[in-house]
Amino acid sequence: MKPAAFAYLAPTTLAEALEMIDRIGDDGKILAGGQSLVPAMNFRLARPGTLVDINGVAGLSGISGDSARGISIGALTRHAAFHTPPFSGPLADLLAKVVRNIAHYPIRQRGTFGGSLSHADPASEWCLVTATLGATLHIASLTGTREVAAADFFRGTFTTALQPSEILVRIDLPPLGAGWGTGFYEFSRRKGDFALAMALTALRIEGGTIREARLGVGGVADRALRLAKTEAFLVGQPAHAETFAAAAAMAQDSIDVSEDIHAGADYRRDLLGTVIRRALAEAAA
Amino acid sequence: MSDKIKITLTVNGTAMTAEVEPRRSLADMLRDDLRLTGTHLGCEHGVCGACTVLVDGKPVRSCLMFGVQANGASVRTVEGLADGDRLHPLQQAFWENHGLQCGFCTPGFLMLAAGALEENPDMTDEEIRDVLSSNLCRCTGYQNIVKAVRLAAEVMKAGPAPQATRS
Amino acid sequence: MTWIGRSLPRLEDPSLLKGHGTYVADHADGALHVAFARSPLAAGEILGIELPEIAPGGGQVFTAADLHGVGVIRPVLNRPDYRAVGQPALAAGRVVFPGQAVAVAVARTAAEAEDLAEQVFIDIEPQDPILTFDAALAEGARAVHPEAPENVLVEGNLKTKGFDEAVAQAAVVIELDLRSRRQSAVPMETRGGVASYDRATGRVTLVASVQMPHMLRTGLADVVGMAESDLRVIAPDVGGGFGQKMSLFPEYVVLVWLARKLRTKVAWIEDRRENFLASAHSRDQAFFVRGAFSAEGRLLALDANLKSNVGAFSCYPVTCGVEPLMAFGELPGPYVVPEYRGRSRGVTTNTCMMAPYRGVARPMLTFTMERLMEKAAKALGLDAVEIRRRNLITSFPHRSPTGVVYDEGSYLQAMEAAVAHVDVPAFRARQARARTEGRYLGLGVSVFSERTGYGTPVYAQRGMGIVPGYESVDLAMDPSGNVEVRIGSSPHGQGLKTALAQLVADEIGVVPDRVRVIAGDTDATPYGWGTFASRSMVIAGGATKFAAEAAADKLKAIAAKMMEVEVGAVVLDEGYARVPGTNKATPIPDLARAAHHQSQRFGLEAGIRTSGFYDPGGTFSNACHICEVEVDIETGGVKILRFVVVEDAGVLINPMIVDGQIAGGVAQGIGNALYEELIYDEDGNLLTTSLADYLPPTALEVPDLEILHMETISPESVTKAKGVGEGGTIGAPAAVLNAVADALAPFGVEIDEMPATPQKIRLAIRNMAIRNTRAPADV
Ligand SMILES: Cc1cc2nc3c(=O)[nH]c(=O)nc-3n(C[C@H](O)[C@H](O)[C@H](O)COP(=O)(O)OP(=O)(O)OC[C@H]3O[C@@H](n4cnc5c(N)ncnc54)[C@H](O)[C@@H]3O)c2cc1C
Ligand code: FES
Ligand code: FES
Repeated sequence: MKPAAFAYLAPTTLAEALEMIDRIGDDGKILAGGQSLVPAMNFRLARPGTLVDINGVAGLSGISGDSARGISIGALTRHAAFHTPPFSGPLADLLAKVVRNIAHYPIRQRGTFGGSLSHADPASEWCLVTATLGATLHIASLTGTREVAAADFFRGTFTTALQPSEILVRIDLPPLGAGWGTGFYEFSRRKGDFALAMALTALRIEGGTIREARLGVGGVADRALRLAKTEAFLVGQPAHAETFAAAAAMAQDSIDVSEDIHAGADYRRDLLGTVIRRALAEAAA
Repeated sequence: MSDKIKITLTVNGTAMTAEVEPRRSLADMLRDDLRLTGTHLGCEHGVCGACTVLVDGKPVRSCLMFGVQANGASVRTVEGLADGDRLHPLQQAFWENHGLQCGFCTPGFLMLAAGALEENPDMTDEEIRDVLSSNLCRCTGYQNIVKAVRLAAEVMKAGPAPQATRS
Repeated sequence: MTWIGRSLPRLEDPSLLKGHGTYVADHADGALHVAFARSPLAAGEILGIELPEIAPGGGQVFTAADLHGVGVIRPVLNRPDYRAVGQPALAAGRVVFPGQAVAVAVARTAAEAEDLAEQVFIDIEPQDPILTFDAALAEGARAVHPEAPENVLVEGNLKTKGFDEAVAQAAVVIELDLRSRRQSAVPMETRGGVASYDRATGRVTLVASVQMPHMLRTGLADVVGMAESDLRVIAPDVGGGFGQKMSLFPEYVVLVWLARKLRTKVAWIEDRRENFLASAHSRDQAFFVRGAFSAEGRLLALDANLKSNVGAFSCYPVTCGVEPLMAFGELPGPYVVPEYRGRSRGVTTNTCMMAPYRGVARPMLTFTMERLMEKAAKALGLDAVEIRRRNLITSFPHRSPTGVVYDEGSYLQAMEAAVAHVDVPAFRARQARARTEGRYLGLGVSVFSERTGYGTPVYAQRGMGIVPGYESVDLAMDPSGNVEVRIGSSPHGQGLKTALAQLVADEIGVVPDRVRVIAGDTDATPYGWGTFASRSMVIAGGATKFAAEAAADKLKAIAAKMMEVEVGAVVLDEGYARVPGTNKATPIPDLARAAHHQSQRFGLEAGIRTSGFYDPGGTFSNACHICEVEVDIETGGVKILRFVVVEDAGVLINPMIVDGQIAGGVAQGIGNALYEELIYDEDGNLLTTSLADYLPPTALEVPDLEILHMETISPESVTKAKGVGEGGTIGAPAAVLNAVADALAPFGVEIDEMPATPQKIRLAIRNMAIRNTRAPADV
């Protein structure tokens, strides 16, 4: 299982990288953490003619901001950067909770936040986080930088709004300040495996009533889904099990779930309800 | 074939150069070009962890990095763990607690544990098990690996820092 | 001082720990690399093979048409019901399973060989693949092989005289329809071989990751058409085998042929995808069983219809009979089965060949008998432990209806010890409490026998054309007093070298460090059978003991002469020959030196060279496993909370190694029970070709075991040790799955398949709940 031959470029600035991918076009691929691209190359499922390695590009990694103002994440930031919450507050805690479910420790040392989004695995935790919380993605090309909402970025399995000449450089997560409770529940065959279903939620509850809600699910369709209708339903409802069950049922009815060898449609739809109920219950606890 | 690229790196504390095709994985470069065959390949898709080495102190899958990406990096492999004939506390603990059978997964587990303990010498039992779940072993049923790492962590905390061996 | 019984750290370890082990891939230096072009389809006729255009120096590609004089792999079973089919080294004319090697590419690097192999275009006229029992056994089904028109390669049939009468008398007949899905042994090191041609002698040396080097040499020489002495097979450090590496595979034939053809060194290191596709599979079995019980819960008769999907070929040398015939012969397990009717078939399909995998048919047959006991207990209102008490074998030797003779064991005592250790009443209280909180705990028991260390008598009964079983050992002490033990067996991770060194140490009074065990090289060891079937400790151990005893006798004779005492007065201990009660003592190295350099003094053959041979009838280990689980009824996920093993393997030479064998075996059994499954789609594409799809358990899925030992001494083993290589894997699935069934008892859910995946568990619970409430339940 050795990859097909390719040429290798290692730019050190963003401008240089952009110039390279623009020149190479379709035949090129950006190499970030390599934790998705390289397995695919080893199986010869991916065979780029040129790899543009952005690991040496200055200024692409790092985390800034805080839970109350929102967090800005450089695309090349490794998953492991979230092993301990980078800041205090619900948003940072949520990221630290979620990251433990992404693959395993050594893979998290290399894999990047931006790589996960660009790769767009339907069961990617970071895709779920950005889709659910309504992140803004900053995408650079030779012609400048554009901003794309997460909702518009994910187009399907391994498919995004990225053009071959573009690099995802930064991701802004909106604030989740005091008063928010968060919940995340994932079910996979073994810990570290891709989710068969997972749900992420943030609730702002006052006096037992849900005032604001974010809810998204991953691993169940061709991309991470933010469930806007269910969010709307949740607002104004009492934060208890019946509400959560009703929300889960709503989601189960509205999603055309995917199938694979570990979960057929019937089972996955069933799981979907469970992960939503559990995530909501955690956020309300 | 694409042209070979010349790189320099530090392996187990020694500066080395290699001239490799870009498609050569770090694992293959270590094994075939630098003749360090202690690093093993069990899957070449990131799951088994037999290929785990430390790159700039962090345990990573050497099957998912290209050799050319290690240009300028410091790489540590199982061959650099012992101090001459004196085994590293992890190696000693694996030996005394029967943490290996066929030994094929062992270098990967050793480097995984070495990197994780260097980052956090105070891992709880639960954290140790969680980290060790990164790699696969088909022989031992894991319990002696978990035990060995737990005991080695104690020894490493008590004794001279592992860096005192050779890095 | 005795070494037997001590948990001596293994002599094998220091080099492995330092990264100095040499596995097959570490021998590939300077070799050309080989990659195989494999069939993308499960079945079809080869219309043509288009080879890539290769620039000079760019490598070479060969197909079956090039393999002049190379025969097929055709293992023999001398039974009228056996249909021998031949496996070509490279597919010729047709392909019969997806992944079958069709062409071989040779190039400077592995990557370049793959570049070539992927450019080989195989034009195949596809046939509808036959993948399942139903497809293969259907009326008028296409024959996978013309030699076996019914798609059955081997069949066992038996009916005891009193069977019908016993069934007629039964108070209750329990029916089971059980399934084990296809699994892989998944050694962490894949297969691989490096074959080199020696221009000076014309010999070929094959270094390969295998469990039986001598056997491989015989098979290869026969198929390639060369003298056995022109071939040397070396098993270097081997990264696990578990049965997957004990067959002669076509790839090795091609390697040896290539080395001779190209007069060079060629290396093939299998990748993980190939390992899943084309090495060997196992455990694809369907057992339909009925048990007739008396009102008191005594098993009166067993009626079994057993099927094993043996894939496209018959594995050499043990043949495709290994699963179906073991299932047939050993189904009764640890229970008294007075009457038996059995039919067991090995069904051929367009899937990867079946070969032994740790436990072979016994994980499934133990699952079967243990489910049978549980269900019968329920039907008769008996306690599940009590019904086992009434049926376990308690008098020895015991002869089963299929003619298997059981030596001394502790089936009942081991179960009682395990049950006492877990404290079942306390568990039941916890379980009841948990249920009130909506948590579902379960306890599962599994009692089983493990037939180990059997020699030629047992294999001969199976009608094998090649009858394995014995072991030979050559022992020599050099003039410095160090011992070399050359064994025909070929360990790969079991720590056998350490255990044998402990045995030898006790016999000749040296420390184990001074005993070097040499294995896995046909040039350096006596002919033997390798390591499989939990045989090495018993058989190679027995042969080693004989050789060591003979060496001890000689040392004593020399010592007696040197110290001028009677031979009977000399003991060997802690590096000395001593005469107890006196202060006479001679260091053993002095004896060794004298034996070589002063041989004229002793009237004996110079030196110390002895040999040992052992070919036993076999001995049964036994154990009881008890597992506690929690099932998440909303997801179907299972967590193992506790796992207890009470093992009786006779005398433990090195308890630490024994426990390691058990722990590793149980982990594989847990994988079998809950996680691992090879899946073909309807077109015959294997969907599980990565470790992200096929799921061996990790450290988070396997609990720490509580292991207790019992010690029943059997006259059938000269070392008093019984085999333990497979027990963990044999017993664990039944314990886990019984525990799952127990947890789900409130739902009336039956567990009839392994692995019991979350999907299957959850859907079963939900469907049952829907049936019970007749409402669109939201359980
Ligand atoms: C065994 C294993 C288990 C895993 N389990 C999980 C899991 O449970 N959950 C999960 O989310 N992930 C999992 N992963 C994937 C892992 O998280 C990857 O790190 C991640 O999906 C991709 O990030 P990367 O930086 O490695 O990207 P790469 O592999 O380098 O690239 C992936 C793709 O994105 C493109 N790309 C990368 N960065 C950019 C950029 N900045 N701009 C434009 N395009 C870019 C690349 O060209 C490529 O097409 C697993 C991986 C392995 C090996
Ligand atoms: S070989 Fe790298 S993870 Fe398996
Ligand atoms: S010791 Fe064999 S795979 Fe771990």
